[in-house]
Amino acid sequence: MTGLPENAAAKKLGLVIDLDICVGCHACAVNCKEWNDGGHSAPLTDEEPYGPDPLGVWFNRIHTYEAGDGPDGRTVHFPRSCLHCEEPACVTVCPTGASYKRAADGIVLVNADTCIGCKLCSWACPYGAREYDYADGVMKKCTLCIDRIENRNLPAEDRVPACVSTCPASARHFGDLGDPQSDVSRLVAERGGYALMPEMELKPVNRYLPPRAPADAPASTATAPAAPPVTDETTARAPAGGTGSRFLDWVDRTLSR
Amino acid sequence: MPDDIRSDEKYENVDLSPPVSDEVKTTTCYMCACRCGIKVHLKDGAIRYIEGNKEHPVNKGVLCAKGSAGIMQHHSPAKLAQPLRRVGPRGSGEFEPISWDEALATATQWLSEVRYTDPRKLAFFTGRDQSQSLTGFWATQFGTPNHAAHGGFCSVNMAAAGIYTIGGSFWEFGEPDWEHTRYFLMFGVAEDHDSNPIKAGLGKLKTAGKAKFVSVNPVRTGYSAIADEWVGIRPGTDGLFVMALIHELLRTGQVDLEYLARYTNAHWLVRHAPGTADHGLFVRGRGGLPLAYDRKTGQLLDAGRTDIDPAMRGRFSLHESAPGDGGDNAEAVPAFELMLERYLDPRYSPDAVAARTGIEADTIRRIAAELAHAAFEQEITLDQPWTDWAGRRHETMTGRPVSMHAMRGISAHSNGFQTCRAIHLLQMLLGSIDCPGGFRYKPPFPRPAPPGPKPGGKAHQVKAGSPMGGPPLGFVTGPDDLLVDEAGTALRIDKAYSWDAPVAAHGLMHTVIRNAWAGDPYPIEVLFMFMANMSWNSSMNTSETIEMLTDTDPQTGEYRIPKIIYSDAYQSEMVAYADLILPDTTYLERWDCISLLDRPISDADGPADAIRQPVVAPDRDVRPFQDVLIDLGVRLGLPAFCDEDGNPRYPGGYPDYLANHERAPGIGPLSGWRGEEQDSHGRGKPNPDQLARYIENGCFWKGEFTPEQRYYKHANRAYLDHAEQMGWIASADQIVLQLYSEPMQRFKLAGQGFGSVLPPVRYRDRIAECFDPLPVWYAPFEDDHTDPAAFPIHALTQRPMAMYHSWGSQNAWLRQIHGWNKLYMNRKAGEGHGLADGDKVRIESPYGSVNAVVALMEGCNPDTVWTWNAIGKRRGAWNLSKDAPESNKGFLLNHLITDLLPPRDGYRFANADPITGQAAWFDLRVRVVKDDDAVLGDGNRKALPRVPGVGRAKRQSRYGAQFLPKGSWRRKRGGRGA
Repeated sequence: MTGLPENAAAKKLGLVIDLDICVGCHACAVNCKEWNDGGHSAPLTDEEPYGPDPLGVWFNRIHTYEAGDGPDGRTVHFPRSCLHCEEPACVTVCPTGASYKRAADGIVLVNADTCIGCKLCSWACPYGAREYDYADGVMKKCTLCIDRIENRNLPAEDRVPACVSTCPASARHFGDLGDPQSDVSRLVAERGGYALMPEMELKPVNRYLPPRAPADAPASTATAPAAPPVTDETTARAPAGGTGSRFLDWVDRTLSR
Repeated sequence: MPDDIRSDEKYENVDLSPPVSDEVKTTTCYMCACRCGIKVHLKDGAIRYIEGNKEHPVNKGVLCAKGSAGIMQHHSPAKLAQPLRRVGPRGSGEFEPISWDEALATATQWLSEVRYTDPRKLAFFTGRDQSQSLTGFWATQFGTPNHAAHGGFCSVNMAAAGIYTIGGSFWEFGEPDWEHTRYFLMFGVAEDHDSNPIKAGLGKLKTAGKAKFVSVNPVRTGYSAIADEWVGIRPGTDGLFVMALIHELLRTGQVDLEYLARYTNAHWLVRHAPGTADHGLFVRGRGGLPLAYDRKTGQLLDAGRTDIDPAMRGRFSLHESAPGDGGDNAEAVPAFELMLERYLDPRYSPDAVAARTGIEADTIRRIAAELAHAAFEQEITLDQPWTDWAGRRHETMTGRPVSMHAMRGISAHSNGFQTCRAIHLLQMLLGSIDCPGGFRYKPPFPRPAPPGPKPGGKAHQVKAGSPMGGPPLGFVTGPDDLLVDEAGTALRIDKAYSWDAPVAAHGLMHTVIRNAWAGDPYPIEVLFMFMANMSWNSSMNTSETIEMLTDTDPQTGEYRIPKIIYSDAYQSEMVAYADLILPDTTYLERWDCISLLDRPISDADGPADAIRQPVVAPDRDVRPFQDVLIDLGVRLGLPAFCDEDGNPRYPGGYPDYLANHERAPGIGPLSGWRGEEQDSHGRGKPNPDQLARYIENGCFWKGEFTPEQRYYKHANRAYLDHAEQMGWIASADQIVLQLYSEPMQRFKLAGQGFGSVLPPVRYRDRIAECFDPLPVWYAPFEDDHTDPAAFPIHALTQRPMAMYHSWGSQNAWLRQIHGWNKLYMNRKAGEGHGLADGDKVRIESPYGSVNAVVALMEGCNPDTVWTWNAIGKRRGAWNLSKDAPESNKGFLLNHLITDLLPPRDGYRFANADPITGQAAWFDLRVRVVKDDDAVLGDGNRKALPRVPGVGRAKRQSRYGAQFLPKGSWRRKRGGRGA
């Protein structure tokens, strides 16, 4: 079994995902696949890509479900990927040390060279975050784009995970959740960000921001007639240049062009 | 900073700074119509990664699922590899490879025979065309009026209603003011149009937390899922809902009258003289200018004068200063009074429309009050001085922060034009067109409503061997402009601009195959199409369309549509139905142009255009369609493409044309870096190095308006002068918003029997009823002839966001997200029908039946079912395996949609909007019948074979392995198992 870092730094890199504005477009999932297909865990093999049951490795999958009944319910788009737990069961069950948690920033990774493909980690992870690559015979997973976030070959502003960089609605944020002063920590505090299934006691790092309460626009307080107008009054002919019905007096106010 | 290779305890050495690519090239995405800027990373000559370009005005660095799947699109196994000639019967999919010389010689011979006898016998229709300024120009040069792209079956109702009403439109010609809006009302936008800008805008809007977002849509998915309020309206009734909102605003007097008086024709006087040829037309003075009643002087004066106090209601007697029909009984009535009469009628009250729309009257009243509150009690004032059209200086800009957006849900109904016009009326009443917080025009719009030119194609404009005397698409202003003969018969094969579809601004691609097959109004010889899947998801009544494409004349044995030329990059369903295939490149292998001359990518703060550049070279014997078109132009001797000796004017092909073609002096396909000094934008001499300047700038050009030019563009002196200088408008006059549409009244009068160009009798009621100078609501036509008891359910489709407007639903990655489609249905309604999740059903319309699996959901109008469009595929097409779910579980709803309405006086109209000809896909009514024995998929239709050059698709893709370090065992084909 694999141990967790003994002298872990306070840094806890992770994602904050805003369910209030995620429209379920799958941009993050596909850009993740595109980056990682040629990245640290390359390739993200697709079996039968043009066949009856295409089955590929994805580090990020979007689920859509409904909460609540009828018109008062809500359609929720829910992106799911590794939560980079502080006490990840997928690491502690690993018999070879292939699954490990980085001491420096808390990212959970798999070393493909020492993974034996026993799949214990995928059984241990309650979040379904691990993806088995049948061709390579190893487990793969979200790396938080380990080959992007400190990559000196990329401009500084691109050193974020691909999913964050590409999200059209800006629903994804990346940062240090171990630093209470970081932008992501403040966002979580402000918006009541929550961890998934805390009862599993794996201490996930990623946070989800819940949908906000729907904006309730104020209605006009302008004086409206108490009842719908009398029809023949509203359609009454106003005499030429005259005033017409009082109900429509507002139409006759002086105008300038 | 630690070393690149950092030892992480005992576990692994991770390279934190691997080189990403050897080279990065910018270009423009083509995975949908959004046209985002992309950066393509190349490593060892292969495409490593595609990302959004942060500098680009459309997407500002983000990229959607389709754009990110571009790699797989480029590597699709369905790519065509060489020109092909049909050898088996049409539809068999049997082809032989031929050389480009042979292919182009064949096409030239077919086209030349037509051009020098009767050019109308070429029907040239381009589907998902992003180069319409070239294709339309080519058609004009060829001399055929029979040209359009796919707008007629997409969203011409939205586009035409906007252009005729406010001189702009939603999506391409306008956008919400995301920054300032306080209330955003979205109608019938599924997961589409715009793609990234709307997602970005909604994200911004909701994150700022200052606005309410209301989505009016029968289905609560996509954008509607994050709306603050979802209004699950019954399909086809949006017009009633909007007119009830208008009723409420008028009833409560919450209307921006000053805005109407300054910027619209609300005060223009309309002649009230029923039973005469001028009834309902504007009262014009002797100089031809519309008149208003000035309450200061008691006179009828030029409505454009700024020194009048115009009456908005009343009835005024006419006199000799305003000549016209009607004699002594004629009166003059402000357009606004007619509007009051129309919409204050109790039939448009919230209570009257509640049952039909499925929206409670109190909800309608509340939304009207919320709109009014946002517009008038949350008024915005920007400290931005500006000068209006009349030269008057204003110290601030006033904003009515209500914005709206509408798209295909409004458009794809037979009442869509009028509904969309009603939405624009609502915007005008609130004073929220091009003001801070409202809807904002994107340049080159606004233009006069409607703008020029008129469509070409009248009998005298079409001559054998000559270019046509005008472009095939344009804007009519009355019956005189129609393309009909003296008997009222259509002159175009699609019957655009005829009495069938008088305002057909985008043509009617969906009628071409039927009409060509029937020889109605005349037979054609050559059908030439580009990127249009007419034998599948781009046609209504797909099954019969396939029969028409393959039908022969029993007397001659010849196909009724004799010759079909088709260009596509992929083996789509349409390939099997063509005789000659001209294989196109992928979007990463070509030059292209997103031009201000057709469909630009501007935003409200400035104009923009863009190019595509080839980022990789084709590895097959394929050519970019636009290059082929220019080559054919030379071979055919079209004067714009070759000189009198037959030498090409653009020997460098399409890129040469892009830089050097001039449509008018100083105006070309691209606006940036023109002139000898390469520093002119808009107008300027052609610059042979223009494309290099574009590439240096990320393959786009973006102009920026001054702060003074950014709002009230329709009446803003600084903007109008600039627009005239740029060549976007012919003159810098004020653009008056058309609350009351005189062109609509001209057609109505013709339907009533007035005027010199009259519709044949069988058209008259329809024209008289559906055309109206003020928006009307009539039930979708399907309701007239389909028994609502037998077919009680409305059926809709939408494209998923990951596939919207994409030619790539066979994409290896995207098909893992949406590989087959179910029939979605309201849970309570479904359970009422005895249905449960996963049940097999027959979906039946009066025109056909398809089988599906049901999925029940909460967020769906109870009388509506829907599915993802274009997921269901023909077996064997797109090089998918014969047991692919797309053709074995998925279905295509198009089989159930009729392309013709039932006979009326012996004639069958297209299933389309009677004004624009927009395909009425969403009028469909069905019933759903549980059937445990239903066989799913594409039925018994024969699987299409792979054409020559299209090889067997891979059974495993390990595309990215090639980018691993040389020593990695994971580079091996098949991985560890290999």
